[in-house]
Amino acid sequence: MMHIPTEASERHVLTIMVDNEAGILAKIAGLFTARGYNIDSLTVADITDGHDVSRITIVTHGPPEIIDQIRAQLERLVPVHKVTDLTEVGPYVERELALVKVSGKGENRVEALRLADVFRAKVVDTTTSSFIFELTGAPDKINSFVTLMKELGLVEVGRTGIVGMVRGASVA
Amino acid sequence: MNSERSGAEILVESLVAKGVEFVFGYPGGAVLPIYDALFGEERIRHILVRHEAGAAHAAEGYARATGKPGVVLVTSGPGATNAVTGIADAFMDSIPMVVITGQVPTGLIGTDAFQEADTVGITRHCTKHNYLVKDPAQLAATIDEAFRIATEGRPGPVVIDIPKDVQIATAPWSSNAPQQRNRYNPQTEGGAKEIATAVEMIANAKAPVFYTGGGVINSGPEAARLLCELQALTGAPVTSTLMGLGAFPADHPAWLGMLGMHGTYEANMTMNRADLVVCIGARFDDRVTGRLDAFAPNSKKIHIDIDRASINKTVRVDLPVIGDCGKVLAQLIDGWLEQGHKARDLTEWHARIDGWRARQSLAYPRKSSEIMPQLAIERLYELTKHREPIISTEVGQHQMWAAQHFHFMKPNKWLTSGGLGTMGYGLPAAIGAQAGFPDALVIDIAGDASIQMNIQELGTATQYRLPVKVFVLNNEWMGMVRQWQELTYESRFSNSYSDSLPDFVKLAEAYGWKGIRISDLSELDAGIQAMIDHDGPVFVDCLVSKEANCFPMIPSGAAHTEMLLYGDEVSGVMDDEAKALV
Repeated sequence: MMHIPTEASERHVLTIMVDNEAGILAKIAGLFTARGYNIDSLTVADITDGHDVSRITIVTHGPPEIIDQIRAQLERLVPVHKVTDLTEVGPYVERELALVKVSGKGENRVEALRLADVFRAKVVDTTTSSFIFELTGAPDKINSFVTLMKELGLVEVGRTGIVGMVRGASVA
Repeated sequence: MNSERSGAEILVESLVAKGVEFVFGYPGGAVLPIYDALFGEERIRHILVRHEAGAAHAAEGYARATGKPGVVLVTSGPGATNAVTGIADAFMDSIPMVVITGQVPTGLIGTDAFQEADTVGITRHCTKHNYLVKDPAQLAATIDEAFRIATEGRPGPVVIDIPKDVQIATAPWSSNAPQQRNRYNPQTEGGAKEIATAVEMIANAKAPVFYTGGGVINSGPEAARLLCELQALTGAPVTSTLMGLGAFPADHPAWLGMLGMHGTYEANMTMNRADLVVCIGARFDDRVTGRLDAFAPNSKKIHIDIDRASINKTVRVDLPVIGDCGKVLAQLIDGWLEQGHKARDLTEWHARIDGWRARQSLAYPRKSSEIMPQLAIERLYELTKHREPIISTEVGQHQMWAAQHFHFMKPNKWLTSGGLGTMGYGLPAAIGAQAGFPDALVIDIAGDASIQMNIQELGTATQYRLPVKVFVLNNEWMGMVRQWQELTYESRFSNSYSDSLPDFVKLAEAYGWKGIRISDLSELDAGIQAMIDHDGPVFVDCLVSKEANCFPMIPSGAAHTEMLLYGDEVSGVMDDEAKALV
């Protein structure tokens, strides 16, 4: 009998600066699937005035030697300018935005609004029987908020995946 | 000179500007404008293949033999998908190649148009880079960058997909070099600190070994010369991967032969017992390392590679040196001389190696009744070596026997599909090499199964009067499959018998080749000589022992020290863990 062994893994946040050209996202996402790496979340947007460079943030997990390989494999793609492992160079800030729709009346509705205030979530849409909250924070904070809302009429959650940045004055 | 030119004309002018001599291709609807631009074009020779896979492998063979990038031109859809195996092959073996594919007009992309395929999507992960060019004004700069990417750093294939309307539309064109994008600048020189450390490690090793690979060949003949120089300074023995054969002369006393699954006993034992492994332009492939936890267990490891992603991929190394093999070898030699190092006394180490050599791991039983395939290769080598032939192979037992029993003194003489292991590579690769060296003796050492995978290319050699030789070791089996089934599946020979083989001699003659059959030991030398003497393409069907196995062999999941040699008890069952390994 033979079983496939599992390996210990750690979570890493990578930022990748790329040429904003057709197919680059497919190239990067495909590299992860082709080589069996994991993507927990991926965000991308162009960040320059000329729209020629995009910044991608990928959250991945794997054993340390695989994380090192991921970096090396990304770096050898021609349109990739720079790969930074925030977890490695840290400390860093990571933030995610979530939209959370809650439906209900009476006491539940009041409680949802009260908790939203505690979490500094903003109400961005409302009807007499629903709210959409906008919440920004580290993934843990959003997880907690969503868990609480489950008891109060949670309908729908949308999350962006995280963006991250190294603390301090310099570029990582 | 400034003028308006069509995309197709810009492409042709750009290829000429890049010094392209040959294009290996096959026309079709979506490349008609390019073929029209090639009509009557005398600066570029187009070699019309019989199948697009042949075009890609021919370009690989040309590139491997000449050191220049191979160029392929195929149409959209099936033209491109047929070329994919050759592109993937070039990617695995780091062969510089530029592939031009036609595409349906931009307005029809995404509509499931006739002969449409998402070429850029399909080739995304088997190219070093690829492009879909949507504007003829971008063509010149794109082609320029494509050639740089294909040839610089770790070489590899680059695909340029050009929609038909972009080939027809015009753009301003200037004969001046296009403006270069400077986004691809691989590191070619090793860091000074790493070089100094490497020199110290080599100088202090009691049992060093150089394990070299295709990177030395890719770096150019100068790298091979520097390898010999560094070896002479240090006295270290040298082994090589399949892809690296020819970088170090096989008649040198320090040469150990190939290492790995079908490598020599002395090469694998030297790796296993070494205290320092210097890997130069190789990548610790699974065919080389065998069981990873038993690979060169007591050694420090230096890894010289131009590709950072090759470092620590499967084997952790103590000292990575990122750079071009040739440049790093030159730096190591300089460092060695500056430090005034003298070669250490390695007498004891070489004596141990001689002990392993004495096992004569390449020995095989001689038979008077039939031709042993190893003997056929030995005779082929003896009778052709004065011509310094270029040898290509297909994939399987014949490939390994050729690697073991043919000997190479110079780089660029050995063309084989190492990483991808593509049957059908050898004949078109030989055609490509022959195009580059019309006067050389070019021989495809093949098997009866492999040769049939691209046998249509016999017609290409005939058309262009390329005097390619094909030497088939015909044992009526997919021999390597049969061998694995014998060794690991209790001789259950599932679908590995080459039934309904054609009469190769008649087939060759039908294509206008000379056909020779060697069916008896007494005909072997004369048959080979007749092949060499004929001034044109020759197909030799050499009937060899049907049940010969390729030894030495490290079974999957085994360590370098667990080699099987001829005469060992080898039949049996393998456990599931070992079976699961490739």
